[in-house]
Amino acid sequence: MSVAPAEVTRPEVVEETDRPWVTIVWNDPVNLMSYVVYVFMEYFHYDRATAERLMLDVHEKGRALVSNGTREEMERDVTAMHGYGLWATMQKDD
Amino acid sequence: MAVVSALSAGERGADLALEEVEVALLLSLAGQMIDFVGPEEGADDDPLAAMVGIDPLAQTPEDPALRRLLPDAFVDDPEAADEFRRFTERDLRATKERHARRVHEMLEAGQGRVHVAGDDVTVWLGFLNDTRLTLGTRLEITEDNHDELASLPDDDPRSGLFQVYDWLTFLQESLVQRLLTSP
Repeated sequence: MSVAPAEVTRPEVVEETDRPWVTIVWNDPVNLMSYVVYVFMEYFHYDRATAERLMLDVHEKGRALVSNGTREEMERDVTAMHGYGLWATMQKDD
Repeated sequence: MAVVSALSAGERGADLALEEVEVALLLSLAGQMIDFVGPEEGADDDPLAAMVGIDPLAQTPEDPALRRLLPDAFVDDPEAADEFRRFTERDLRATKERHARRVHEMLEAGQGRVHVAGDDVTVWLGFLNDTRLTLGTRLEITEDNHDELASLPDDDPRSGLFQVYDWLTFLQESLVQRLLTSP
């Protein structure tokens, strides 16, 4: 019986394909910068610095990747963002 | 002008002191929001689908303001966006409607004094944001035309709308600042 060394790399691969979806928040001219920071802290429990960095990405680059995970998790995050009134979409992370 | 004051130490939220005309305005906006986002109940609704929150007929709204409140969850994939909508839009509409109803109820009970704390924080911020998104879409607000809209002549129909929008912005910003600065 032989031991297959390829097995060793498996968990890594699983981990990568386990979180293949991302949630993106898009810039819009109405949402307040302070409110976007508040939502990121409140919903994702990001600290103030992280929430501000993501908000600035949205504001300056037009969008920011705010979370990643399974398809079901991202459906939950996108729905929550729409509940707060932020413009969010999800997609498979390539 | 509305006064938004911090709550006592340890409590997250704010106390609002609103003038009579401001209460009347918010009541009117809340009433309109309830009608605008409330789930559409068709006579031919499948009761089982309704029970589990599925709306088999949900489509991207044609009204730009409604489209902004209930946006597509996928870019460049209308099929996935429609499917997502069928399973989530009814709940999302219900959430937004519930926010507007709760705001309406608190305003009616409060005589200008509103204590926004606990779950009501999300309710108020969500309602104010939905209302600003709706007015902002109607006014076709961009990143650059704020000053232009602010200096419209009084006889321009957008002038009054913009003043309401601007006031809601002030109210929301004040509320968010109280929350961000509270421990």
